[in-house]
Amino acid sequence: MMTPPPAPKLPISLTANPRLSSWVRFTGEGRVAISPGKVEIGQGIVTALAQIAADELEVDMSRIEMIRASTATSPNEGVTSGSLSIQQSGRALRHVCAEVRQRFLVAASERLGVDAARLEVNDGMISGPGNVRTSYWELAGDVSLDHDATAGAIAKSAVKRAVAGHSVERIDIPDKVFARPRFIHDAALPGLLHGRVLRPDISGARLVALDEDAARAIPGLVAIARDGGFAGVVSDSEAAAEAALNALRKRATWSGGEPLPDEDDLAGFLRCQPAQTTIIDTRTTAATRQHARTLRRQYTRPYIAHASIAPSCAIAQWDGDRIHVWTHSQGVYLLRTDLAIVLKLPAENIVVEHVEGAGCYGHNAADDVALDAVLLAKAASGRQVRVQWSRHDEMSHAPFGAAMAIEIEADLDEDNEIIGWRHAIWSNGHAARPGRAAQPALLGATEIANPYPRMISTNPPAANGGGGDRNSVPLYDLPAWTITSHRLLTMPVRTSALRTLGAQGNVFAIESLLDEIAALRGEDPIAFRLRHLRDERAKDVIRAAARRAAWKPQRRSGTGHGVGFARYKNTGAYCAAIAEIEGTDEIRVKRLTLAIDVGETINPDGVVNQIEGGAIQATSWVLKERVRFDGTRITSTSWTDYPILTFTEVPAVDVEIIQRPEVEPVGAGEAAHGPVTAAIANAVHDCLGVRVRDLPITRDRIIAAMELAS
Amino acid sequence: MPTIEFQLNGTATAVDADPDQALLDVLRGRLGVTGPHFGCGAGECGACHVMVDDRAIASCDMPMWSVAGKDVVTVEGLGTAEQPHPLQRAFISEQAMQCGYCVSGILISAAALLMHNPSPTEAEVRAALDRNLCRCGSHNRMVRAVLRAASQMATS
Repeated sequence: MMTPPPAPKLPISLTANPRLSSWVRFTGEGRVAISPGKVEIGQGIVTALAQIAADELEVDMSRIEMIRASTATSPNEGVTSGSLSIQQSGRALRHVCAEVRQRFLVAASERLGVDAARLEVNDGMISGPGNVRTSYWELAGDVSLDHDATAGAIAKSAVKRAVAGHSVERIDIPDKVFARPRFIHDAALPGLLHGRVLRPDISGARLVALDEDAARAIPGLVAIARDGGFAGVVSDSEAAAEAALNALRKRATWSGGEPLPDEDDLAGFLRCQPAQTTIIDTRTTAATRQHARTLRRQYTRPYIAHASIAPSCAIAQWDGDRIHVWTHSQGVYLLRTDLAIVLKLPAENIVVEHVEGAGCYGHNAADDVALDAVLLAKAASGRQVRVQWSRHDEMSHAPFGAAMAIEIEADLDEDNEIIGWRHAIWSNGHAARPGRAAQPALLGATEIANPYPRMISTNPPAANGGGGDRNSVPLYDLPAWTITSHRLLTMPVRTSALRTLGAQGNVFAIESLLDEIAALRGEDPIAFRLRHLRDERAKDVIRAAARRAAWKPQRRSGTGHGVGFARYKNTGAYCAAIAEIEGTDEIRVKRLTLAIDVGETINPDGVVNQIEGGAIQATSWVLKERVRFDGTRITSTSWTDYPILTFTEVPAVDVEIIQRPEVEPVGAGEAAHGPVTAAIANAVHDCLGVRVRDLPITRDRIIAAMELAS
Repeated sequence: MPTIEFQLNGTATAVDADPDQALLDVLRGRLGVTGPHFGCGAGECGACHVMVDDRAIASCDMPMWSVAGKDVVTVEGLGTAEQPHPLQRAFISEQAMQCGYCVSGILISAAALLMHNPSPTEAEVRAALDRNLCRCGSHNRMVRAVLRAASQMATS
């Protein structure tokens, strides 16, 4: 007997938010409102989602209005992170729009007396034989979208898509070029007040006494807000708020603090902390080859700052016991959950609405500043209060990407073929986002009277791509492995999600050691990788990058080439990178050549933009970035102390997309970081003959590696 | 407070301001000109760049007294959607950004460059933009956009 085919399933975001009308509405004047739960963070997602909707509804892009996420109206799609927006929101919208089109075709068929199969839609106009016609907008009164999505709707086949798959111009860019207010920072609201929050220099210190007199004498002051160790000012202008804050700071008394680790011995610190140990994966195969030697290598990456160009900002307003919050948080519902815990109010009393901020690259201070604004607005008698962090606080009080120590032991046989592989990670968790635990994750919650403890970061489950362990299971066909994660249970340096979570560190480690083993065998590193891969899509991106970079270019003195590869989360985008560098002790990355496979490409130029940006940001991480601290405080609090790659240092970046329109699309935002990191490190070895296993790869690190080697 | 007079985007402007207050504060606050962005407050990131007498400068640490009698141009003064500056058109054509927060300052640095050097080399463009930070990694697109604008300005 044949098994029946499995029942078709709804996309995950649609299972959680099945009501069609929460995603799509036809509005007056021939417009379509599309309301995703994901938010624009500079990645171009609203344009890609508009493309998908335009295609399935068969309307022109110009008719589509993308609605900003709000807890008042939008589907709850959790957080905009993990390169999942195309997978989650895109699939949901494609399904919803396909179903909406079908419902309208049925209604049109009844009205026009023409079989639905003979009707077609062209820019929202529905027409059929005999010149009969109507439109979505004419029928909108007859067709209720207050129905739940059903599993049967069938989206267009890949070949029939006219918009998705093409590079269209992003809909947010004209505003940004012509300086029309779009960022929350630029919101011009009448009567807006400005707030600033007092934060300690000493890490973890608590405010114990405050003389407010001097601040009260500053013109423009509206209120000083105090709640336990939380203190801030509200004034009628930004300058007045800054002046009042400075006055407060001079008269503040702090106590306590939490010692910080030795920044020059991160591995020593990470490896001796109490930790939760998890076996992530094991593989065993009956040994057929003789063990000859074991290579044991340790790799580290430092704490990395999100270092958004804009300091975090939020606006809040109280109306009785109801609150409205404007935020550039990546998760409006999750932020609302935490605000409700802190304020001891029902979540329904709080509306959290997204407004664009600068690129955040993960969990920065966006959520923290929203609570700050709420706490300050409480003292502002119902007026709107805008709070903006200082550059100093953005670089010292926002969560960082977690430092990692990774040790790999590779068992080799006589021919230096890999017969065993043990990969261990010591790191804080890579996620302490709001809205997911019984306690809030917001900074202000640790400062108020009856404070909550600082949330210790955890790792998302392996099914969601893991955290510190992300990309730690090799995609290569090795005969045996054990992957172990040690998640720290202490957290003197605050960490949470930074682009790729642990993937950058793990791919750096795996790809560096593979390179070393290939070299030991005298085998070309690309041939070595291809020989250990079974996945044809993986091999294709490596071959494409190699072809494009004319691998392997002839060796010239003072230059080097290296390769890196990963499939993000082992389930997402495939990406291979080849780096060309030059230098003797100071490294310059000249060119990065990448090949990427995201399955179906919704907006090819958008994918290229994400890969270029990811490659350049990764280059900055690898060559320059490291959060600095002494025993008591974060010291890298300015762009001078935390330099990032500049225009004259940026490499040329060349990207090839392998198009697979028939394969479900995945995100591109985080695919490049791991491969680029490894490619640069491997190129450094090719150029200088030393392996630098501690990021960032600076002049000092290279000299140290050379001294070790000699 | 003294009255300080200057040209803002071609219009005579007078504000009563503390002479030591930063130009950026006055632009974004009292004058409601929000194109220049606050990034660091220390002249290290370029998000607040404006042109003062044809030079790109950081308005976050430029005191008001030094602006008196000068010609100040912000991104709002470069062009509009109806009459875009070639740089603005080129940034759209090249899709030269991700988040775009740094773009208003970068457009100003580029405009100042093209005033002094209408046909820069790629290296000259990079050098002119080196004081502007971009965290998204859109540098190469922006450089292409500036070169595109320069060549369009040369042929028009």
